Amino acid sequence: MIADPILEVAGLRTVFFTAAGLVRAVEDVSFTLRRGEVLAVVGESGCGKSITALSLMRLVPSPPGRIVAGSVKLEGRDLLAISEAEMRAVRGNLMSMIFQEPMTSLNPVLTVGEQIAETVRLHRDVSKADAWARAVEMLRRVRIPEPAQRAKEYPHQLSGGMRQRAMIAIALACDPKVLIADEPTTALDVTIQAQILDLMLQLQQESGTSVLLITHDLGVVAETAQRVVVMYAGRKIEEASVEDLFARPMHPYTHGLMRSIPHLAAMSGAVAERLQEIPGMVPALSNLPGGCAFAARCGHADAACAAGVPPLEERRPDHYVACWHAGTLV
Amino acid sequence: MTPVLQVEDLKKHYPVKSGFLRRTTGTVFAVDGVSFSIAPGETLGLVGESGCGKSTVARTVMRLVEPTSGRIVVEGTDIAGLSKAALRPFRREMQMVFQDPFSSLNPRMSAGDIVREPLLVHNVASGREADERVAALFAQVGLRPGQMGNFPHQFSGGQRQRISIARALALNPRLIVADEPVSALDVSIQAQVINLLMDLQRDQGLAYLFIAHDLAVVEHISHKVAVMYLGRIVEYADKTSLYRRPQHPYTEALLSAVPVPDPKLKRRKRLLEGDVPSPMRPPPGCAFHTRCPYAEARCKVEAPVLRELAPGHVAACHLR
Repeated sequence: MIADPILEVAGLRTVFFTAAGLVRAVEDVSFTLRRGEVLAVVGESGCGKSITALSLMRLVPSPPGRIVAGSVKLEGRDLLAISEAEMRAVRGNLMSMIFQEPMTSLNPVLTVGEQIAETVRLHRDVSKADAWARAVEMLRRVRIPEPAQRAKEYPHQLSGGMRQRAMIAIALACDPKVLIADEPTTALDVTIQAQILDLMLQLQQESGTSVLLITHDLGVVAETAQRVVVMYAGRKIEEASVEDLFARPMHPYTHGLMRSIPHLAAMSGAVAERLQEIPGMVPALSNLPGGCAFAARCGHADAACAAGVPPLEERRPDHYVACWHAGTLV
Repeated sequence: MTPVLQVEDLKKHYPVKSGFLRRTTGTVFAVDGVSFSIAPGETLGLVGESGCGKSTVARTVMRLVEPTSGRIVVEGTDIAGLSKAALRPFRREMQMVFQDPFSSLNPRMSAGDIVREPLLVHNVASGREADERVAALFAQVGLRPGQMGNFPHQFSGGQRQRISIARALALNPRLIVADEPVSALDVSIQAQVINLLMDLQRDQGLAYLFIAHDLAVVEHISHKVAVMYLGRIVEYADKTSLYRRPQHPYTEALLSAVPVPDPKLKRRKRLLEGDVPSPMRPPPGCAFHTRCPYAEARCKVEAPVLRELAPGHVAACHLR
């Protein structure tokens, strides 16, 4: 049993019906977000991490997408079993989401203040004046200077970093229990990324919100998360605490990823050597091989890997991995 | 050794026109006095945040946009003012690889034709000879010659970037200008392309002007690194010196902001306040003073010049 779960995802399966055939974007994914923690979901494009996030919010475009199996329990209530009207009362209220591109996820014809106030009035029985006051207060909390002035501005008048702060203000306006952040800093410059990550962590500690952080950046994972789920080709292939995952990655893909990124030598003291490549590329989700999806790129693959999908097993305390050879590999 | 490229006091200013009469109402100082040189077989990394002018430097050096002023010296000739016809032989020496492998390849040409085109344009080879050259280039960048008939959409992002590299190599250039060549690629594919670029340099003595915002990638591939802020180089040194002993507060802040993939290193970050100012209205004095934690009175009025602080290590800061 996991202590104090807030969000429990079990057996989630999301598919897309496309011209190229059935795309299994999320295949039997389970994980638990604990109260007050930051859980990172990491993987490359097409691994299913963003579709997992959208599935939790029931925002998968349908058609062509459909959640065909699984449960998403927020404090015990299965969000996949409730009506759309009930779900609308959850989104932005109990569970919020921020996206990668703040310019396209903000409404360009409403001021930032109106967009925050709108969220507040949707979920709370408050007057317009009170909602506006809350909007200004939220902009202050995300450390936007002159919040009363900024609330009257439109998204295009703000810089990229300011827009992402405004997005966070909208997401946190109703004190959600869970915040899903899908690549929240990927579109930002590195100094702005550092500001936003720092802000998110501070707010998370102030409010006790649990955060599901979707990212491709292992550096961001290492600096923000307590636990990590690694995804590949729609499946969860590894899960561990952040310390354990970086110290002892057990899946050959995770291991390969960590060795393929250059490290700042000034930080790690390492001499620049040749980067370790992962050969080949991610398989198309519409045409997955039988067996382990990583086998074609894996140096340890043998007949067993092609024969069947490896189950996720606990190989070390609280360290789960889906690999037939996890027992023999370091 | 004579450098393959020497850039002196390069400037590119864009007029901003507005109103009914399209009057010039302002100027974007995209690149404002940039100088550097690249030796044969050497990689110069150019880093900075969006809007700092690093891509404009690349495009101006390639004469894809016309410089406002300054010298671009290739093989002893200043190409900044040359006519299109006179420029042509120099184009063979310098080729470019772009960030987006989706928009930089013609979707209606086969991969083989894309790589063959420079050979035909420059009358280097044709017919059978060109076919053999294209096949050799494919093999060199790790593509199967059997894929020559395929179209760009049939390749993955990493493979498309290999096609771009093969096209750039077709004329045996001495310098490749690579503008964010790996930032659109997935992590596991980035390493493949970085390794390919480094292998090509080792085998052929290529020089690179490598533009990127990822400081770890730049450190890995470069020999020298220049840091840009609001159209100017603020620090320039060999890689080890710049990364280990950054002199400019901006370089220091950039390095500190990079997320390090090691949870054991809980570093205290030096967070910068605020955003990059608009290049239309660069702050007076040192352009960085609005965000600099150490700024003093003189930083607000007097623009610092690049000074040599250690052998080969220059930075533009009053306080060092």
